[in-house]
Amino acid sequence: MKLCYPLFALVLAATAHAAPAADVTVEIRKFAFEPKEITVAPGTKVSWINRDETPHQIKTDDGSFTSTAMDTNDHYEQVFAKEGDFSYVCTLHPFMTGVVHVHK
Amino acid sequence: MNEPLNPQRRKTLGCLAAWSGAAVVWTLAGGVPRALGATTSGGIAATSKHAFTFAQISDTHIGFHKDANPDVVGCLRRAAADLNALALPPALVVHTGDISHLSKPEEFGQARELLSEIRVDRVHTIPGEHDALDNGLSGYLKQFDHDGKNRAWYSFDQGGVHFIGLSNVLDFRMGSLTSLGDEQLAWLKNDLRHVSHSTPVVVLAHIPMWTVYAQWGWGTADADQALALLKPYGSVTVLNGHIHQVLQKVEGNVALHTAMSLAYPLPTPGQAGIGEPGPVKVPAGELGKRIGTRELTIVRGKHELALIDTPLDHA
Repeated sequence: MKLCYPLFALVLAATAHAAPAADVTVEIRKFAFEPKEITVAPGTKVSWINRDETPHQIKTDDGSFTSTAMDTNDHYEQVFAKEGDFSYVCTLHPFMTGVVHVHK
Repeated sequence: MNEPLNPQRRKTLGCLAAWSGAAVVWTLAGGVPRALGATTSGGIAATSKHAFTFAQISDTHIGFHKDANPDVVGCLRRAAADLNALALPPALVVHTGDISHLSKPEEFGQARELLSEIRVDRVHTIPGEHDALDNGLSGYLKQFDHDGKNRAWYSFDQGGVHFIGLSNVLDFRMGSLTSLGDEQLAWLKNDLRHVSHSTPVVVLAHIPMWTVYAQWGWGTADADQALALLKPYGSVTVLNGHIHQVLQKVEGNVALHTAMSLAYPLPTPGQAGIGEPGPVKVPAGELGKRIGTRELTIVRGKHELALIDTPLDHA
């Protein structure tokens, strides 16, 4: 029984550690991502919100996700569970690029 | 109705010759388009007995409702009425993409209904990148699968012309230009195998098949490979949309033309103070001069092709 307590505490600690960091928002304005590059902890929810009059849609280079099309003031959310560098592009305007770095 | 003799139209054509962007007339002589003066525009009607005429519309963006044009549906209806009223009725219409604004099923459905108001044999479409949102081209193909093969590229023959519809709106590369892709290039090579080099070829693709402005993605990375396949042909006309303005380039026997939109203008590349290709809101009364339709006539035996760009606002 004695062993159970530390184990339980460890699980709690792990849960506490994985509790999401503050959500991060990327604004899309004038055909650019602001900020263009972000670094977040695993489990972070990243939101993109489109402030342009033109729709945008983002797609990661590795194909891990494609957002819905975002018209003016629409947003899209994605939780980044795994570590890694996720570069992405607007599928309508491929000159618009950004990257999400996910690190502990 | 005798549009070429209409003084207002003549005036418009004159403007375009000076590159104001309102309208233009081209002829295809020996397969190479060259500008016609306004005074020769009557020649098109004169040869109508041996002519094959079709129309191009582009970038209707059904579903767009912002300030730059709150009534895209009304504009498409006006364009349909204009085409139906032409003295030289087009046999068919080609729509060079961005039929919808957001690829929504109701946008495609409404567009299809509106396009059916044009009295022609058929409206042939290709997709724009606005038609490829959310689920790729599945929504587009539900309404506009031309040969039942569940893909956006196809070819057909009419009026002695070989028409090729291409799709260059799916393969966007990181920070780069769009492309046709190897599968489509292989299909094109095979398709052309059955077309004699004396047959006039008209190629449709949404994004320009030459690099108009790389900073805005206005080009196709592997366009050169497609154009190389078309090199042996005496008459090749490439019709593009996407950039919502009339531009042209001639390269050997290949003439490339972009068209006006039927929704809203986009800025001129490098236009001072405009750093991105967003809808341009023009002063009241100006919009109808910046959007419109195109009529194309191929005169058999004379090897001439004429292009007339007509803004919605015309006398």
